[in-house]
Amino acid sequence: MSTPLLHVENLGIHFGVGGDVVKAVDGISFSMQPGETLAVVGESGSGKSVTALALTQLLAMPPARIVSGKIEFEGRDVLRANDRELRALRGKQIAYIFQEPSSSLNPVFTIGYQIREVIELHRPDVDDVEREIVSALDRVGIREPAKRLGDYPHQLSGGMQQRVMIAMALACQPKLLVADEPTTALDVTIQKQIMDLLKELKKSSNMAILLITHNFGLVSDFADRVVVMFRGKIVETGPTAEVLLNPQHPYTRALIECVPKLGQKQRRLKVIDYAGIK
Amino acid sequence: MLESSNSPVAGPLLSVENLKVYFPILGGIFRRKLGEVKAVDNVSFTVNRGQTVGLVGESGSGKTTIGRAIIRLNEPTDGRIIYEGTDISKLSSSAFRPYRKKIQIIFQDPYNSLNPRLSIFEIIGEALEIHFPQMSRDDRRARVAELLDKVGLKRDYLDRYPHEFSGGQRQRIGIARALAVDSQFIVCDEPVSALDVSVQAQIVNLLQDLQEELGLTYLFIAHDLAVVEHISDFVLVMNNGKIVESATAEAIYENPQHDYTRKLLSAVPKL
Repeated sequence: MSTPLLHVENLGIHFGVGGDVVKAVDGISFSMQPGETLAVVGESGSGKSVTALALTQLLAMPPARIVSGKIEFEGRDVLRANDRELRALRGKQIAYIFQEPSSSLNPVFTIGYQIREVIELHRPDVDDVEREIVSALDRVGIREPAKRLGDYPHQLSGGMQQRVMIAMALACQPKLLVADEPTTALDVTIQKQIMDLLKELKKSSNMAILLITHNFGLVSDFADRVVVMFRGKIVETGPTAEVLLNPQHPYTRALIECVPKLGQKQRRLKVIDYAGIK
Repeated sequence: MLESSNSPVAGPLLSVENLKVYFPILGGIFRRKLGEVKAVDNVSFTVNRGQTVGLVGESGSGKTTIGRAIIRLNEPTDGRIIYEGTDISKLSSSAFRPYRKKIQIIFQDPYNSLNPRLSIFEIIGEALEIHFPQMSRDDRRARVAELLDKVGLKRDYLDRYPHEFSGGQRQRIGIARALAVDSQFIVCDEPVSALDVSVQAQIVNLLQDLQEELGLTYLFIAHDLAVVEHISDFVLVMNNGKIVESATAEAIYENPQHDYTRKLLSAVPKL
């Protein structure tokens, strides 16, 4: 098999020292091929976001400590990369979109300025930066993008802000997009728009997407494969349809069942019985 | 206190008639009124005792404004809000005070709706102090401990502070606060939207258990139709300040009439 785009092996990340150590990520391994869509599903505290941040060493260390394992991006060891190499990796090769678009954008700069910054920094060869910014906004479905360049983040709705974040992330044509709960702060209708947009972008480019979410509902028609995390460990992994239709681990089953389903009114929602999961 | 307050008589507990809430758009150096935003535009519905009415719509549809008008956080521009036969929308603030005991609210964001400088006892006990000034501090502590029990938290959390709790636990604290006085009617304003799906299930179940136990009536505001369908007896769909469809929870799903309802239904992620 060819070199995977991303290869994580036996990764362990701890917080704190002495007797008070939290094993946020406890020896996980997974790989992604170029163009593949992988979903990491788990609850708050399962270690999924910490894993995502570790991919480009965005974790504040301390308090975090990487205690074991390796992260390879196109065969190169990220954990041994120096600052210059990391800067080339972040944004250019691996781009992120986060949960809260309003706190990811800088409130005192226009969106045009913020996208320009990304392009000028990572793609110095681009001649017509202005046109590149407009086409970046156009690609994420912002109407009349040329007129929006002077807008400040607060003038946009949450859904529009997230589109701007995606435009910024895609401006450098990254090989891997890490989407960390990209729609959790948004309404369901906007959530659908953003997920549809990501689906389209996935089709039109060969970008791999790592989707991080707590909601199995988002995964079903989006990801090729799923990794289920629970308390820092991967408890199950497999092709999406297989995991959804035939979950092997009791935690996976519980996480799928606790989502209310339209038209199947139950008297009570199933809750996760943590005591029953080892 | 909790157990006695709700009579089993069915029928409307709350009716909203032709409610309008307009917000002025001010501008110019004299802050003159240039226009208005019709946040809630001629809305009518009733909520029966012991039932849950779900109110769905996107951000900006006016659903939260309705909830806030009912507890008088927003002044209605026109229309009536009738609670147990009395129009509460025009009462003076002192005349409205008894209703503040009966009508409570649970907010969306459990991080911003609890004062970080107050202990859990102070947060939940504050309402008791205001509405039952004769209550001794020990009685209040006992009562708050009982409430913590009811919402599934440990009694010894009494002297802790909000930052020590997770989102789900904070939402339980918010629910305990809403139950502290003679609550009958609770406006649940997106109580689970900020929570993980696994925690969402716990909170929804807790709300349903409390409703059964205490005979509570809910107005459940949310943007996720799957959650609303699950918890509600009756569903109102709001768009641009107006109710575009109202039907039983089953009918909304099985036979949606309005395009906007269909749009909301199609936005729910399918498993």
